[in-house]
Amino acid sequence: MSNASTNPQPSMNERLAVLKEKARQYAQRILALPNDSFEKTVAVALALCLVGAVLVSGSAVALKPLQESNKSKDEKVNILEVAGLLEDGVNVEEAFKSIETRIVDLASGDYADTLDPKTFDQWKAAKDPAMSEAIPAEKDIASIKRRPKYSKVYLVKKDGRLKSVILPVNGYGLWSTMFGFMAVEADGETVVGLNLYDQAETPGLGGEVVNPNWKALWKGKKVYNYSTKTVLESTLTEKGQSIEIGEVALGLVKGSVDPSKPGAEYQVDGLAGATLTSRGVSNLVRYWMGPEGYAIYLAKVRSGRG
Amino acid sequence: MNLNAESKKVLVEPLVDNNPITLQVLGICSALAVTSQLSTALIMSLALTAVTAFSSAGIAAIRNHIPSSVRIIAQMVIIASLVIVVDQVLKAFAYEISKKLSVFVGLIITNCIVMGRAEAYAMKNPPWESFLDGIGNGLGYSLILVTVAVFRELFGSGKLLGFEILPLLKDGGWYVPNGLLLLPPSAFFLIGLIIWGVRTWKPKQREKNDFAIMPAHGDVGGAH
Repeated sequence: MSNASTNPQPSMNERLAVLKEKARQYAQRILALPNDSFEKTVAVALALCLVGAVLVSGSAVALKPLQESNKSKDEKVNILEVAGLLEDGVNVEEAFKSIETRIVDLASGDYADTLDPKTFDQWKAAKDPAMSEAIPAEKDIASIKRRPKYSKVYLVKKDGRLKSVILPVNGYGLWSTMFGFMAVEADGETVVGLNLYDQAETPGLGGEVVNPNWKALWKGKKVYNYSTKTVLESTLTEKGQSIEIGEVALGLVKGSVDPSKPGAEYQVDGLAGATLTSRGVSNLVRYWMGPEGYAIYLAKVRSGRG
Repeated sequence: MNLNAESKKVLVEPLVDNNPITLQVLGICSALAVTSQLSTALIMSLALTAVTAFSSAGIAAIRNHIPSSVRIIAQMVIIASLVIVVDQVLKAFAYEISKKLSVFVGLIITNCIVMGRAEAYAMKNPPWESFLDGIGNGLGYSLILVTVAVFRELFGSGKLLGFEILPLLKDGGWYVPNGLLLLPPSAFFLIGLIIWGVRTWKPKQREKNDFAIMPAHGDVGGAH
């Protein structure tokens, strides 16, 4: 600072020029050093790390908007597909406008509007101790360890009337946890479709869960069997109304379903050569459609109170 | 583009004569993992070729200033940065495929082909030649990957790039797919057969025994 009082203040450009010159001289000195000298080793390592960091963070930041839009578009496509709204040449954003996103409190089956559906991510919430709870081992049939307390649901409406609800589901297959959406009609029990969009099952065997022919088998199947076990669980709501939950009967069978036999409406063809994946899909449906999952919410939808 | 003899050599030699998979037997892990479908194999080939080419060029450009004590780490920093860039680009422009490739793009970092070229060629040669050498080795890898993937996807699921070629029996056609081809071990068999084929065609590639094989009946050695 004592210099500044005697000399006229150098301008920004002059200072930069001096700095540049110094950096250039330093670089030249370093480059001239023998490769294995301590100073050069540190300098080269630092410079390389700096260049690498700029490259990596630059590409990550620059491409982030594109990646995010890919991700959200992909999710919308998956939702539209399971609802049967994805036709050739349909505009995804336009078609998605008929779908309302809400958040449901799984324990009470009521909508929880304190959370913002735009930012809520239930699979992230499932890892957050404050937003989820551990599933006791004997109840954890889908092998997912934790379940979120809240879940997103997507309501498909037509002319103001609820047509179907789309529910996010997950469960362990053979190799990894599969993520998907299950769409159920407004009666709370008829399946519209099941779309496992994120899975790593063996291609050609368990990976056939993405086969459109197999996915088409789910349409029209029933989730709950109210006849064999009329009331599995009775819960009193705050209004004093009891809720009846049927037993989840829907699942995969070995081989093909015989439509003439009773109970065929609860059965879907198993995947040939993929016993464990088939079991995983059955468990995923049983868990998420059961009382731990969406059963209470669906019962409310069924009675028109959803 | 004017290619001199050296450029041509580094570009063409890795295709058959010095193929990274069949002769050097490198990069086998990803060759098993991503070849059940042609589309993933193609993208993986492209990603690996790009990383090998640019990392070789980058390493060659600073080869005279890399301290030998931190040589491998320095190479890794360049390779790893490029791999992350490639991964980000795939996620932005080929989202579907990048989901299928999942960890295998990230694992290019540990792919021995990339490291091998950096260490064996790029540390001793100028950037342009190293770049071509990277392209050549990437193409050699791609050639095997695509061959294996065509075979596996066509006979394993009756499709190529997702289009039906052989109508499957379960969809009303006549072809019964070979499920084994969809599992990773089948790629082992296929690559083994390819190596056998190449070494029969070019006997020069056969490796000499590291040591003399013991006679079946002799006074040295025993049953153990």
